[in-house]
Amino acid sequence: MTTRVFEKWYREDRLPHIFCTGCGNGTVMNCAIKAVDMMQWEIDDTVFISGIGCSSRAPGYISTDSLHTTHGRALAFATGVKMANPDLNVVVFTGDGDLSAIGGNHFIHACRRNIDMTVICMNNMIYGMTGGQGSPCTPVGKISTTTPYGATEPVFDLADLAVAAGASHVARWTSYHTKELTKAIETGLATEGLSFIEAMVQCPTAYGRRNKLRQVTDQVEWMRTHAILLQKARRMEQEGKPIPEEHFTVGEFIHRQRPAMGVRR
Amino acid sequence: MSKIEFMQGNRACCEGALAAGCNFFGGYPITPSTEVAELMALKLPKAGGTFIQMEDEIASMGAIIGASWTGARSMTATSGPGFSLMMENIGYAVMTETPCVIVNIQRGGPSTGQPTMSAQGDMMQCRFGSHGDMATIAVVPSTVQEMYELTAKAFNLADRFRVPTFVMSDETIGHMRERIIIPDKVDIVPRKPLQEGKLPFEADENGVPGFAKFGSGHRVHVTGLTHDERGYPDTTDPDVHAKLVKRLYNKVESKRHEIADYDAVNTDAETVFVTYGPGARTVRQVLHDHPNEEIGHLNLRIVWPFPEDTLKLFPNAKTFIVPELNLGQMVREVARHTTGEKVVSMPKIGGYIHTPDELYAAVEAEK
Repeated sequence: MTTRVFEKWYREDRLPHIFCTGCGNGTVMNCAIKAVDMMQWEIDDTVFISGIGCSSRAPGYISTDSLHTTHGRALAFATGVKMANPDLNVVVFTGDGDLSAIGGNHFIHACRRNIDMTVICMNNMIYGMTGGQGSPCTPVGKISTTTPYGATEPVFDLADLAVAAGASHVARWTSYHTKELTKAIETGLATEGLSFIEAMVQCPTAYGRRNKLRQVTDQVEWMRTHAILLQKARRMEQEGKPIPEEHFTVGEFIHRQRPAMGVRR
Repeated sequence: MSKIEFMQGNRACCEGALAAGCNFFGGYPITPSTEVAELMALKLPKAGGTFIQMEDEIASMGAIIGASWTGARSMTATSGPGFSLMMENIGYAVMTETPCVIVNIQRGGPSTGQPTMSAQGDMMQCRFGSHGDMATIAVVPSTVQEMYELTAKAFNLADRFRVPTFVMSDETIGHMRERIIIPDKVDIVPRKPLQEGKLPFEADENGVPGFAKFGSGHRVHVTGLTHDERGYPDTTDPDVHAKLVKRLYNKVESKRHEIADYDAVNTDAETVFVTYGPGARTVRQVLHDHPNEEIGHLNLRIVWPFPEDTLKLFPNAKTFIVPELNLGQMVREVARHTTGEKVVSMPKIGGYIHTPDELYAAVEAEK
């Protein structure tokens, strides 16, 4: 089954891809393609859109109409595609720098409009393609080429931001949680309105190498052991227990019905 | 039956766009272009099109490019500072050969400058504003009638050449109200679809590829990176880059004389005004007031690509006078293409157009 899905949706003549060895983006792409295939979407009715960065190369490997746009602006282009032709299924791949730094304004407004599309953010906590500079998601204390003494700025919680801005469906998983991630994306694809799926991914080349997570498995293991289920985190909060340092929540943040734009007529 | 109306330039822009089949508008309000967005918001939904007010001009430009790839005839309207914000995605539209129309109702700059006053300070920006080598098309109306006709024409040029096309108007024409004849219909030249067996960025004999509309089964990959004829990124091969960018440049520049649109009056004259936009109105007044004077007038309705051969329509010209609402931008193009004639720049900034007296005095000075 997996092979058939792969053959059906990927552009074989574009391989090999440019992702570094051990990168988590391929895993997220596979999860997304599996989810799209489970939706039984037609290739010719589906458009993948991205901005700039490692994550944004994903649409180039998928055999549908695809738009690889400018840095941070993918959601603006996607808004035009979806609003001009709501019959097209629109999926956006983006990264933490692309989405939350230069694209922050487009992100909150796409969530506010609740446009019927699915946004998958591959959050590797770094600018990978540019060579490992700090992003708005680089955790405090972590080393990047522009935070050589450790990042000092507080990070964006992208999932919380999407909930606050109005997205219909918001979930966060990691490249370790492939089943959950696939399911979350599938739910997102089936949800009317904007679905935001944050996928934490390992970046051994630009992030792990500088932050004592040199092996691919080190960072995947870090994600496995530092991810706290949302339900558990909320229970801990009620009990007055603090979330341990460097831990993050995973799960479904919200699933709701809100007025949406660009819904198929 | 055509009908006669009295309307504002910005409204004529909308009416021309709608007549040309514009069915997507993405924009962000900015003075003095706001009426274009307001009227599109009013009219597009009723005409079966889509209006969306985006969060900024960068997003507006992105949205109209996205819409264009679904086959829509898309447009945005802005003014100075908004135009500057659009530059990045304008370059993307050039690189990806996305047809779209950008209306710039120019105001005084730099920066926020004079929001409610007229200027023509962005003429070089629409040609050279985005990074990299590129060619674009820009129309410039001098009347409300021309605002209607040239906006409609901009859509046809954008689709024919697959290039972002600018309506480089200004506050004077945008906010002016005058008599306009609305024709029954305007010519619509549709975008040529991608032919069977052709690659999505494989050019035809005119240097323009067929258009692989999203959802039509071509599975096209569109990227702002240097790409081959399949649309696949190929960013380090010098030949691929040179071939692509030269084609994008030449498909427009090599057709400059086909694209050209102008009026040439009193072609035997020795002193010739070269205008674009509102300056033409003042020159027409000068010619009206001095009908026997040997004053020539070349009015360009399309300034980019610059139709340098039109200067040769005045074989006796000794002096070209170029009045413009900036410190001298298009005058450099005129000077670049003249062969020994004197070129006089008549810059004017601050918000008002030239008076007939000012222009006539310039003619007198050349005698």
